[in-house]
Amino acid sequence: MRVKNQKDFLAGLLFMAVGLAFAWGATHYPIGRGAHMGPGYFPLVLGGLLAFIGALVVFKAAVIQTEGGNKVGPWAWRPLLCILGANFAFGILLAGLPGLGIPSLGLVAAIYALTFIASLASGPLRFKEVFVLASVLAAGSSLAFVELLQLQLPLWPAFVAG
Amino acid sequence: MDWLQHLATGFGVAFTAQNLLYCFIGCLLGTLIGVLPGIGPVATIAMLLPATYALPPVAALIMLAGIYYGAQYGGSTTAILVNLPGESSSVVTVIDGYQMARAGRAGPALAAAGIGSFFAGCAGTLILAAFAPPLAEMAIHFGPAEYFSLMVLGLIGAVVLASGSLLKAVGMIVLGLLLGVVGTDVNSGAVRFAFDVPELIDGIGFVAIAMGVFGYGEIIANLSRPEEEREVFSAKVQGLMPTREDFRRMTPAILRGTALGSVLGVLPGGGALLAAFAAYTVEKKTRLHPGEVPFGKGNIRGVASPESANNAGSQTSFIPLLTLGIPPNAVMALMVGAMTIHDIQPGPQVLTHNPELFWGLVASMWIGNLMLVVLNLPLIGIWIKLLSVPYRWLFPSIVLFCAIGVYTTNNNSFDVWMVGAFGLAGYVFHKLGMEPAPLLLGFILGPMMEEYLRRALLLSRGDWSVFVTRPLSAGLLAAAALLLVLVLLPAVKQTRQDAFTED
Repeated sequence: MRVKNQKDFLAGLLFMAVGLAFAWGATHYPIGRGAHMGPGYFPLVLGGLLAFIGALVVFKAAVIQTEGGNKVGPWAWRPLLCILGANFAFGILLAGLPGLGIPSLGLVAAIYALTFIASLASGPLRFKEVFVLASVLAAGSSLAFVELLQLQLPLWPAFVAG
Repeated sequence: MDWLQHLATGFGVAFTAQNLLYCFIGCLLGTLIGVLPGIGPVATIAMLLPATYALPPVAALIMLAGIYYGAQYGGSTTAILVNLPGESSSVVTVIDGYQMARAGRAGPALAAAGIGSFFAGCAGTLILAAFAPPLAEMAIHFGPAEYFSLMVLGLIGAVVLASGSLLKAVGMIVLGLLLGVVGTDVNSGAVRFAFDVPELIDGIGFVAIAMGVFGYGEIIANLSRPEEEREVFSAKVQGLMPTREDFRRMTPAILRGTALGSVLGVLPGGGALLAAFAAYTVEKKTRLHPGEVPFGKGNIRGVASPESANNAGSQTSFIPLLTLGIPPNAVMALMVGAMTIHDIQPGPQVLTHNPELFWGLVASMWIGNLMLVVLNLPLIGIWIKLLSVPYRWLFPSIVLFCAIGVYTTNNNSFDVWMVGAFGLAGYVFHKLGMEPAPLLLGFILGPMMEEYLRRALLLSRGDWSVFVTRPLSAGLLAAAALLLVLVLLPAVKQTRQDAFTED
C-alpha cells in the first residue's frame, strides 16, 4: 500500500495511538453511567472519539491522492536537540536533581549553559559572541527577575550561597 | 445610557497611577516582544504571564491586555518593515505594507496601521461596553445543558473558521480535551492519568503547554528553515504623516475594516486573524479609484483595513470571554488561565460580582490603544533597531525567558521538563501539519465541558435528549451542526481554502 498523504497518515496514527491509550487508561477508573458519571466516563468517550477521528484521517490519507504526497520532509535534529537540551540543562542546573545527587548550581550557571547549548542550534559556535550574549542575559535576568520582580530563584550554587 | 456610566466607573479604576503604569508596561513589553519576527501574541502572553503573578488581579489583567495589544501592534510593524509577519494576523498586512515601505512610504504605512488600529480600538471598546451586560444577563439563565452546547458550538466554530484540515483540527480539539482530563477529578477525587507523579495531581500546567507548543515548537521550526534574506529598512523612516489623498482613501477602508472586525471577533475562532483576512478580501473587491495604486503594489487601503479589522476583532473577542466565560481563540484561552491563577472564574458572574474589574479592564483597553499610538509612532526608531538584531541572538533569549517563566510558575523544575516535552510535541505537530491553537482551546475548555456534561445528565437522570429538548441548547447544537455541514459543502470548502491562501 502506498500512502498518498504522508503527513496526514502519521498524524492520524498519532491520534489513534493517543486516543486508544487514553481510552485504555480510562477503563482503570470507575466508568459509571450517564446519570452518574465516574471519572473514567469522559476520557473513555473522548479517547474512543479521538481514535475514530485518527482512523478517518489515516483512511483518507491512504486513499485520497494529494499533490506530491504531502511528505513530512527531513527532521531538524540539530535545532530540536539543542533547544530541548538547553531547556533540560537549564532545569537541571537551576534546581539540581536531588534524586541523582546533582546539586543546584543556581541561575547564573544555568543561563550560561542554556545560552551556549541553544546557540549550537543555528550553526557553529561563535564562542566570544555567545559568551557576551550569555553574560548580558545573566546580568539582565538577575536584575529583572530576582531584584525587581523578587522571584524565588537561586542565583548562585547552593554550596556557595550556603 | 447605563453603559456610559459603567464606562465612567471603569475609567475611575483604570486611571490610577498604578494601573496606568501597568498598562504602559504591558503595552511596551508586548510591543517589544511582538516586534520580534516569529513570536505571536500567544507565545508573547505565555512568556510574560509570570511577570503578572505578583500583581493584584485588576492590574494583572490590565497588563495582560496591554501585552496582547502591544504584541498585535508590534506584529504589524514587523510586517511592514521586514516583509515577515510578526504574527499570523499580520499576514495580509505584509502584502501591501511591505510594498509601501519599499516605495519609501514606510512612514505613512505605519501611521495608517496606527490610526486604523486606534479607531478600531475605540469602536471595539464601545461595542464591548454596550453588548457585554445584556449578553451576561442572558448567560445567567443558562443551565448546564446550554453551557455544554455552547462550548460545542464554540469549539466547532473555532475549527471551521480556522485554516487547514477540518478533521485534523477536530482531532486536535479532542486531544486538548483529553490533556485537560489529566489530574484530580473534582467530582470523585480520583487522580487520573497522573502516573503517580505528584506534580500532575493538579493537572498539566497550561503555561507549559502554551510555551512548549507555541514557543519552543515555533523556534525549532524557524531554525529548521534556511536563513531567509531579511531586508530591514533600517534607514530612517521619514514623514510619518500620510498625505491628504491617503487620508481620503483610508478613511472608508478603516470604517469597513472596523465593522467587519467587530463582528468577526465575537465569533468563536474568529478573532484577529479571520478579521484581517476578510477585511483585505473585501477591500480587494472594491473598485480602484483613478490613479490609485493597485493592491499588492502598496495600496494604503490594504494596510489600513486589515489592521483596523484585526484590532477591532481582538477587542470584541473579549465579549464571549467576559460574558460567557468561553474563550473564542487561543489568546483568550490564555486569558482564562491567567484569570484562574488570580482566582477569577470567567463568566457572567464577573460582571455582577466584580464590576470594577470588568469595567476597569474595558476602560484600560481603550487607554492601552491610545498608549500604543503614542508609544509606537515616536518610538519607531527603537523598534527598527530591534528588528535588525540577528535571530541567532534572539532565540536563545526567548528560550531563556520561557524556561525562567515556566519554572517560576510553580517554582518547580517539573514544569521545565513538561515544557521541553511539549516543545517536542509542538515540533511534531508542525511537521505533521497539525494546528496547535485548537489543542489549547480544548485543553482550557476540557474540565468545564466535563463538568457541565455531568451536571446536565445528572439533572436529566441520564437522559441524553436533554441537549435537544431544551430549545436554547438545541438551537446552539443545530448551529454547530449547520456550521459543519456548510463547511463540508464543496463550494464553501473551495472558498474557504482560497480565503486562507492569499497570494
